[in-house]
Amino acid sequence: MSDTLAARLRERLGDSISSLTQALSETTLEVGHEHWLATARILRDEFGFEQLVDLCGVDYLGYGDSEWDVSDVSNTGFSRGVEGYGPGRFSWNERPESRLRERRFAVVAHLLSVSNNQRLRIRCFAPDDELPLVASLVEVWTGVNWFEREAFDLFGIVFDGHPDLRRILTDYGFIGHPFRKDFPLIGNVEVRYDPDKERVIYEPVTSVEPRVGVARVVRDDSRFLTAHEEQLGRRPAQEQD
Amino acid sequence: MEIQSYTMNFGPQHPAAHGVLRLVLEMEGEVVRRADPHVGLLHRATEKLAESKPFNQSIGYMDRLDYVSMMCNEHAYVRAIEQLMGIQAPDRAQWIRTMFDEITRILNHLMWIGTNGLDLGAMAVFLYAFREREELMDLYEAVSGARMHATYYRPGGVYRDLPEHMPRYRESPWHKGKDLKRLNAWREGSMLDFIDAFTDDFPKRLDEYETLLTDNRIWKQRTVNIGVVSPEQALAWGMTGPMLRGSGIEWDLRRKQPYAMYDQVEFDVAVGSTGDCYDRYLVRMAEMRQSNRIIKQCAAWLRANPGPVMIDNYKVAPPSREEMKDDMEALIHHFKLFTEGYVVPAGECYAAVEAPKGEFGAYIVSDGSNKPFRLKLRAPGFAHLSSMDEIVRGHMLSDVVAMIGTYDVVFGEIDR
Repeated sequence: MSDTLAARLRERLGDSISSLTQALSETTLEVGHEHWLATARILRDEFGFEQLVDLCGVDYLGYGDSEWDVSDVSNTGFSRGVEGYGPGRFSWNERPESRLRERRFAVVAHLLSVSNNQRLRIRCFAPDDELPLVASLVEVWTGVNWFEREAFDLFGIVFDGHPDLRRILTDYGFIGHPFRKDFPLIGNVEVRYDPDKERVIYEPVTSVEPRVGVARVVRDDSRFLTAHEEQLGRRPAQEQD
Repeated sequence: MEIQSYTMNFGPQHPAAHGVLRLVLEMEGEVVRRADPHVGLLHRATEKLAESKPFNQSIGYMDRLDYVSMMCNEHAYVRAIEQLMGIQAPDRAQWIRTMFDEITRILNHLMWIGTNGLDLGAMAVFLYAFREREELMDLYEAVSGARMHATYYRPGGVYRDLPEHMPRYRESPWHKGKDLKRLNAWREGSMLDFIDAFTDDFPKRLDEYETLLTDNRIWKQRTVNIGVVSPEQALAWGMTGPMLRGSGIEWDLRRKQPYAMYDQVEFDVAVGSTGDCYDRYLVRMAEMRQSNRIIKQCAAWLRANPGPVMIDNYKVAPPSREEMKDDMEALIHHFKLFTEGYVVPAGECYAAVEAPKGEFGAYIVSDGSNKPFRLKLRAPGFAHLSSMDEIVRGHMLSDVVAMIGTYDVVFGEIDR
């Protein structure tokens, strides 16, 4: 079923496809930002994707970074795993420099076709990391309105053509885009009641320290192949009596 | 005389705002001209927190999203992880999940019928609904130790098997004699006995609610032809669950894209016709009856088929105490699992479940580490509430209350 979907997509969209992958029985279509809106319209009108179920931003800064080297430790020994700039590690003053990757911000949408019972994931990277700008899909699916506001609020992705691009989840007057990977987990400001001024005041964060309990580890070993095989019917021998 | 339009705040401290909804209404007399919901007052950045922790440590946060349908949220998250890792929970765990998803659906709908009734002036339903909720919460407590935030589903299964004995009330100055006997009447046997007794009894309770509401003149005046959502609108606004079915579209993930054991149980999908608040009420009432049916079937299967409830794979699930004391490998696995967690292969995955409110989905991007690189939770209420402006425009102020009720909004999931 999804094979034919992929084939039909490839045939219809042709050159505007950046990549079309199938993994874990899901189809992912990636298009260039200049084709984003046009592709959406085609998907709705010709492929029967009446519903946009979800849209979100993703910040790919630091994708695949490990905080704990486990590959070459025979000579050096294990580190304590307390260095790095993963989520939760840094405060506002020591934010990691944005080690620019070619493409950092992406918009990912999940489409659903109620009539054909199909799902499709579409993704597009914003061309400019300084001002991520992507076309809005509001005129294709009305319901994307708030999802785009959320992506704007949390990631600072600007949706061109959105009728009402305000912040949605963060506080009134909030500064910054909190779900970016270079935004500290402890935040930027904290709030307390000041008995002298007799009102609630905002101050720079002082009461929490950046703290991470478990280091971020990227492993690429055979454990899941093993696990998968174990699942397929082989149990450890010692348990079988 | 000229009537000027004026702006008013509805909430965030209004009892009918269901938590922390701030609704800025532009009114022309009693008629709503524009509604602008302000959300985010309960934003806790669950998704960002999850990025800083190993996968398993975020399961507890899922309960706190939609805090009246706890286990369904866990289910979506756990399923996404399982798909990424290519593992599968044992059958018995899948049946338990199916059963608890339906228990959760009843819990949610009871909460909804109670509060929606209360909003629209029907006090009694609330009291009755909470009577049944109490019994279902006891089931939560019996399996997980917590009445609400269970953290019961785990990647690879569920935390533990159903208990042999249903916990009983103890004698106290408040519960004694005949009263105590009545409270413990269903609790003499196992948990499945309790569930059987409950499911036999529950349809009668539902009839009671229906007596109170279905033909009630006031109830109908407040809901019939109020907040009509056309099928086209429902699709365009990304509505799912009872909101979509109330508008006459037969779409239920349990039927169309079955997960867990939903392809093995019999149930019907209720569909409305006009898409007004009353239809959605009827759909949810019918859903509770169907959930009751599913629970019965699950309980029967679980009674007949004992077996493991957790995957036998120490990369994901901890080994038993005995094995740890006996086997070095098991001890190492235990240590690594609790200090580092497990590494999920790089990739991305979206897993959705039919939560009581609609499609609840978890989208996980993994870069091959022990923490999710990005977790996005798709909350049904978020999409529903975004349509507020279009649906209530031209309605009276009191209909806004009916609409908030019928959306079944819970801010834990909308604000995340």
